[in-house]
Amino acid sequence: MQMMAIWTRVRAVQRPRWWKWAVWISVIVPGVAVIAGVLSDFLLGTRWLGSNPVKDGEQILGQLTIKYLVTALAVTPVRRILGWNWVQKDRRTFGLTAFFVGLTHFSWYVLLDLQFDVAQLSDDLTKRKYIIVGFFALLLMVPLALTSTRASIARMKKRWVTLHRLAYVVPLLGVTHWWMSVKADIEEPIIYTVTFAALLGWRIWYARRDTSVHATSPRERPRTA
Amino acid sequence: MLIRPSVPRDLRSSEITPESLYLSRREWLAAAGLTVGAIAGASALLAKRADAQQAVGTPFGLQPDDKPTPWMDVTSYNNFYEFGTGKDDPAVEAKGFKPRPWTVKIDGLVKKPGDFALDDFLKGSKVEDRIYRHRCVEAWSMVIPWRGIMLADVLKRAEPAPSAKFVEFTTLYDPARMPGQRSSVLRWPYTEGLRLDEAMHPLALLATGVYGRDLPNQNGAPLRLVVPWKYGFKGIKSIVHIRLTDRMPVTAWNTSAPDEYGFYCNVNPTVDHPRWSQAKERRIGEFLRRPTLMFNGYADQVASLYAGMDLRKNY
Repeated sequence: MQMMAIWTRVRAVQRPRWWKWAVWISVIVPGVAVIAGVLSDFLLGTRWLGSNPVKDGEQILGQLTIKYLVTALAVTPVRRILGWNWVQKDRRTFGLTAFFVGLTHFSWYVLLDLQFDVAQLSDDLTKRKYIIVGFFALLLMVPLALTSTRASIARMKKRWVTLHRLAYVVPLLGVTHWWMSVKADIEEPIIYTVTFAALLGWRIWYARRDTSVHATSPRERPRTA
Repeated sequence: MLIRPSVPRDLRSSEITPESLYLSRREWLAAAGLTVGAIAGASALLAKRADAQQAVGTPFGLQPDDKPTPWMDVTSYNNFYEFGTGKDDPAVEAKGFKPRPWTVKIDGLVKKPGDFALDDFLKGSKVEDRIYRHRCVEAWSMVIPWRGIMLADVLKRAEPAPSAKFVEFTTLYDPARMPGQRSSVLRWPYTEGLRLDEAMHPLALLATGVYGRDLPNQNGAPLRLVVPWKYGFKGIKSIVHIRLTDRMPVTAWNTSAPDEYGFYCNVNPTVDHPRWSQAKERRIGEFLRRPTLMFNGYADQVASLYAGMDLRKNY
């Protein structure tokens, strides 16, 4: 009985006033901290990012991209399971953040890691499979970011839903890119792959469950779920 | 001339920032200013603290602009998977590791095999301080003042048989003391190998120290290999076994990824790792990348070892 009471209370939670700030802090602080860290390490001689700030910062940004993608994809399950409809509006924030952090990750690689070595860049983009996969993941995020506005959603209707299914392809490419880039330690890529698989699995399960429950009016199902 | 009022007339009262919020924003800005100041101050202090250790030793093959990498980086940025796969893991996880007592076994194709307590093993060899360039296969590099003995010295004492062609090295296997070995990230124990003529080369060192001190655990205490013209992972750490053999030894990284890591692993800017270029390197502590040198700058001393070999095939 008590469990039920707690559950009811959890489901009744409304969007707290500080929520918006928590979201903003979570999307702005990590990326800014990495950029501030590399500047401070090279200009002031600090060690915020350790002995190899360029490499470390690059990896942190890549992993952050994956984390924001996870967060964005977790929004709908959280909304459905906990009944928190108010989290939905944060999905775009996290998705766009994933795009911008991913773009920063790529720019970091070109500007700080390769230092404009065009020959190596073209070599990497044609020969190194993990870089091709990562670059492709970033490219796929471009149309998603461009059509993230309310106007696009309204204009594209069903096509928007179809296009934004790419949100599941991007993180899978992202973890593959990570997986292929490590020497031997694949523990973390595995954790994120499993997480994405779970989120995707939940989504499929939810869609099927929905069909059977609301079999009478399948068209009115919230297709953007 | 028409002068527009600066405040639009249709401004709703709800759009005016209340005074309390307006003031709190000022406080917030002041706090942010203080925080930035504090960070800058702390940064300056940290930068000053950056390292009193003085490098000792004879430079070997250093370029004119090569400066010893600070002690702090040498002892905190390590690949030593026996203590975790993160660069900063070994310094933390190896803290309690006890590198003494330590026994080294030499056997295989030698006339004088044996198990030696470390001090007996080192006895009779001249301990030298040598400053070497160090190039990791991951395209970063350091300049490290090692302390150690010549590997050739040890091998000569064991008297290799004429049939001996290779030397195999093995790291301690003890998952209770080396937590990284509880994960199957590599094949344990870590093994490495050299051709006998490479091992006999006067540049090949068995290091017991760095910066004039005993080796810190994270650097491979109490005994590690240093082969400055090869990628860093050839420098096997915490060695317990040296075996002479007539067959090319099986090595840990070659087992893990044979297409990426061969037996030789000589530093070579013209042969890429399948996943990245080896043409340039990032010296720890520097921002701009440096060109990588053939045999890591030791070509004059070692190139003859590989005369006539296709280094693209024998990577």
